[in-house]
Amino acid sequence: MTPVAAVRGLSRSYGSVRALDGVDVEVGAGEVFGLLGPNGAGKSTFVRCLVGLLAPDAGSVELLGHDVVRHPEVGARAAAYLAQDETALADLTPPRAVELTGRLRGLDAAEARRQRDALVGELGLADRPIGKLSGGQRRLAAAAAALVGDRPVLVLDEPTTGLDAAARRAVWAALERRRAAGATVVLVTHNVLEAETVLDRVAVFDNGRVIACDTPGRLKAAVSDEVRLDLVWRADPPLDDPTVAALAARAEQSGRRWSARLGADEARVALGRLTSGAAFAALDDFTLATPSLEDVYLALGGRARDLEHE
Amino acid sequence: MTPLGPREDGAGLAPRARWTAAVAAVYAGQVARARVARVPLLFVAGLQSIGLLVLLRGVVDDADVAEKRQVVAGAVVLVIAFVALNLLAQRFGHLRAHGGLDYYAALGTPPSAVVLGTAASYATFAVPGVVATAVTGALLYDLPLGRLWVLLPVAVLGGAALAGLGATLGLLAPKPEVATVAGQLGMTAVLFLGLVEPPGALRPVAALLPSTYAVEALRESFAAAPRYGALAADLAICAAVAVVALAGAAAAFRRAVRR
Repeated sequence: MTPVAAVRGLSRSYGSVRALDGVDVEVGAGEVFGLLGPNGAGKSTFVRCLVGLLAPDAGSVELLGHDVVRHPEVGARAAAYLAQDETALADLTPPRAVELTGRLRGLDAAEARRQRDALVGELGLADRPIGKLSGGQRRLAAAAAALVGDRPVLVLDEPTTGLDAAARRAVWAALERRRAAGATVVLVTHNVLEAETVLDRVAVFDNGRVIACDTPGRLKAAVSDEVRLDLVWRADPPLDDPTVAALAARAEQSGRRWSARLGADEARVALGRLTSGAAFAALDDFTLATPSLEDVYLALGGRARDLEHE
Repeated sequence: MTPLGPREDGAGLAPRARWTAAVAAVYAGQVARARVARVPLLFVAGLQSIGLLVLLRGVVDDADVAEKRQVVAGAVVLVIAFVALNLLAQRFGHLRAHGGLDYYAALGTPPSAVVLGTAASYATFAVPGVVATAVTGALLYDLPLGRLWVLLPVAVLGGAALAGLGATLGLLAPKPEVATVAGQLGMTAVLFLGLVEPPGALRPVAALLPSTYAVEALRESFAAAPRYGALAADLAICAAVAVVALAGAAAAFRRAVRR
C-alpha cells in the first residue's frame, strides 16, 4: 500500500485533557478511510492535525510524503478539509460559497464557475443564504465547498450529519466518483451505517487511541461468533419469565428496546423460548442480526452511546 | 511511511491561489454577504449620522462655518467608523469565536489577503452611507458640494485605517462580546472626538485616532480655499496608520489560528 497519509505516534492535549494518545494510522492511495468513534474520542483533533490546522504535541504527520508538522501550509495544497461547522460561509448562497472556495483554492474564475455549476447539479444545492437553510442543507453546502478544486485528499469531518437519506446517498455517490478519479478520502463519522456502506477501512477511536483498524468486514469477522438480538416490548417486559429475566441482565435497555449480544447458539435458544412461550404476547418486534460495527466497537470495550445507527 | 523521509519539493501538491486573486476572492465573497446583511451594513450607519446632523442643526451657530464643517466631516467619518471599525470588529470576533478563521486557514489563504479583502469590502459597504451623509450635511449646513471627490480618498484611506483597527480588535478579543464592546467603544471615541472640536485636554487623545485626520481632511475640503498640502498630509497619516493597522491585523489573524 502506498501511503497518502502517514501518521506516527500522534499526541495532542488540551490542557489536562489528552485528546490524542500516540495514534498511528496509514491511509493508502484511493482508499475511503474512516474514523469511527463517539463524540470526544479524538477524531476531529486527528483530522485537524492531519491537514495542518493543529500542531501536535508529539508525533509525525505526512500527506503525499510532505511533512505537515514542519510545513503546515502543505495541508491546504494536498487536502480539502470539511470542518464540522463552516461559519465563514453562513451569509452566502451555496453556489456562491462553492465558487468562492474554488477561487481561494486557486481555480481561475471560469473553472470555479464550471465546477460550481457541476456541483450544484451533482448535489442539488439550494440557492438561498446558507444561514437560512435547514441543518441538512447547510451541511450539504459545506460538503460541496469541500469538493471543489479537486484536491487529491479529501478530509471530511462528519459530512453527512443531519442530511436526509437522499442527500446522504448523493454525498456518498459524489465521494465514490472522486475516489474513482483517484482521490483519497478520510472521513470522520459516528454513523455505523455510513461506516459499513462506504468505507474501505476504518480506524476505531476511543479515548484518543485507535483501538482497532481494518476493513469493516474483517473487524466484524472478529466477533462473528456473536449475534445481536433486538427486542421491542409492547409494554413492560414480563420479568417473571426466566428467559426474559436472564436477557434483562445482559441486554442494553433503551426504553422498550433491548439489545443483547449473544453467542449464536445461545441466541437461537433464547429466541425459540421467547417465541414459543407466554412472553411472545408481550413482544412488539424482534430482530436477530449479524454483528455490526457497533458490536465490534462494544466488543473492543468502546462506549457505544454516541454512535448512530440511521 | 516513505523510507526516504518527507519530501521537500512541491510534488503532488495543488498550486496555491495567487495573493491578488485571494484578496479579490475574499473581497467578492464579503461583498456578496451584503445581500443578507444589507440593513446594518448599508443603511444603519448612514441613518445614524444623518440623524445626528439633523439634531445638531438646531444647535450649531449658523455663522460658525468652522463648526459646521467640523460637524458634517465628523458625521461622515462616523459612518466609516461604524462600518469599518465597529462592524468589522464584530465580524472578526464572531469568526474567531466560531471557528470561521479555520475556513481560510484550511484553504491556505494568506492572513494578509483575508484581512485586506475583508477590510476593503467593509470600506465598500460604507460608501452609500458616506455619500448620503456628505450630501445631506452639505445641503443642510450650506457647505460647498464641489469638492466631494475628497470623499473617495477619505473613505478609502480613513476606512482602511479604521478597518485595520477594527480587524485587530476583533481578532485579539478573547470573546465575541469583547470584540463588540471594543468596536463600539472605538466608534464612540470617533463620535465624541470627531463630531465637534475636542476640548484642549482631549486633543492628545484625538491625535491618536486615525479618524481625526480623516475628519480634518474632509473638513478642509469644505473650506472656501482648501489648503491641499494640509489635506494631503492628513490623508498620508491615514495611509500610514492603515498600513500599520492592517499589518497588525494580519499578525493577529496568524496568532488566532496559531497551530
